[in-house]
Amino acid sequence: MTSMSTTPPSTALRALRVDAPVGFVDSVLEELGLHDADQLITVQSPAGGLFVAFNDHGISAVMPTALFDDDPEKFAVHHRDESGRRLVAGTRPPAGLVSALRSGRATNLRYDLSGLTPFERAVLTKTLEIPSGEVRPYGWVAREIGRPKAVRAVGSALGRNPVPVLIPCHRVVRSDGQIGNYGLGVPMKRALLSAEGVDIERLERLADAGVRYVGSDTTGVFCMPSCVHARRIRPAHEVQFRTEAAASAVGYRPCKHCTPVAVRDAS
Amino acid sequence: MALHSDSAVLDDLAGDLDAGYPAFVRAHAGAVYTTALRLSGSSADADDLAQETFIRAYKALRGFEADRVLSLESRAWLLTITLNLYRNALRRAARRPRETSDRHPEVTDRRRGPEAVAEDDEDSELLVGLLRELPEHHRVPVVLRHVVGLSYAEISSVLDCPVGTAKANVARGLDRLRARASPQPASSKKSSKKSSKKSSKQKKELR
Repeated sequence: MTSMSTTPPSTALRALRVDAPVGFVDSVLEELGLHDADQLITVQSPAGGLFVAFNDHGISAVMPTALFDDDPEKFAVHHRDESGRRLVAGTRPPAGLVSALRSGRATNLRYDLSGLTPFERAVLTKTLEIPSGEVRPYGWVAREIGRPKAVRAVGSALGRNPVPVLIPCHRVVRSDGQIGNYGLGVPMKRALLSAEGVDIERLERLADAGVRYVGSDTTGVFCMPSCVHARRIRPAHEVQFRTEAAASAVGYRPCKHCTPVAVRDAS
Repeated sequence: MALHSDSAVLDDLAGDLDAGYPAFVRAHAGAVYTTALRLSGSSADADDLAQETFIRAYKALRGFEADRVLSLESRAWLLTITLNLYRNALRRAARRPRETSDRHPEVTDRRRGPEAVAEDDEDSELLVGLLRELPEHHRVPVVLRHVVGLSYAEISSVLDCPVGTAKANVARGLDRLRARASPQPASSKKSSKKSSKKSSKQKKELR
């Protein structure tokens, strides 16, 4: 009151200017449905630096930073074309991401696969079950999702995987046991598998020899060569099979872990 | 500087409304909210008024050609919307007086950030009261010019009046504020000392 008479009102009036309340802009954008930007963070992985886009529903996209010259803006353009969503800088990685990248087990992360077809979602969800350090053929995925003839379609669906590395499409290989193609390039596929402890040379040797399955003469169980149980078989006890029929003929049963034959068929 | 960033915001808006709108809202949220608060006098009403302004603006922009977006006088245009919404709300309130009768006292709102501290200032509080006593045709131009900081050209566009009229009304409003802020010894008006008497007056003014 005292200073009022001395300061001209125009100065005092300027002090009546306020900022909009915290959250005001957000609530306007929410109201208008403009709040569908994904957050972007960069993390390190066995595949090098990765751009990871995510939203409230889960992780929506993963791409090696190297493919975009490490430029988030370039990735943002790509992401917008692919998903229709903008990217804003994220503050911290989604829960569980860092440990998932370390362990190779990304099954507990949440993914936003809303832009995909039900078939593509089924393929990716099944692929997520393949353990780190193991591989499965395209035909295995097709059979497991109940579409045994859709082997090629499985290949294309994996090629469109928006969340590579985390959803491990690199663990899906050709039915003859060869490593096969990869959306991010075959060298990347080999690097990711090696980093997980897959003995690629051994798998290729077996594939070249036409061996699809290996069994143990002590247990009478046969597996896919990369199965964690197959890798424990001592060379002296290893039996190799070219077909499941050959294994069944000598009384071997399929492994329940790597399911070289559909479990219900085997029983 | 303000002009340059303003045109950048409009460029984005013209290119892709949905992508550019968040920056547009951020750029003008303070001016729109301040205007809404100083017009309505209550932070709850200000929130509604400011939100509605940006929602109306978005809907209008969807129908604009790129050229029209690029030549937009953003701030004046937005505040025109705010003022119209405010006047509509007043008219509605006049028709149903009881509903809003207790919404006028301004609640000091902590969410308003550091600048709201000015609210705690005795002078500011007094000034807010004095401002509200001004008749609307003086109050609105004074708020636009001296609180929000609009140019006279912008004010003439918001109020849809000649620039000269805008200037005159700002000046008259300011004069009245000065007169009330510093009680003249000649006139024995004591009312400006206590702000408690104001509320009944204010209500009359706003109806």
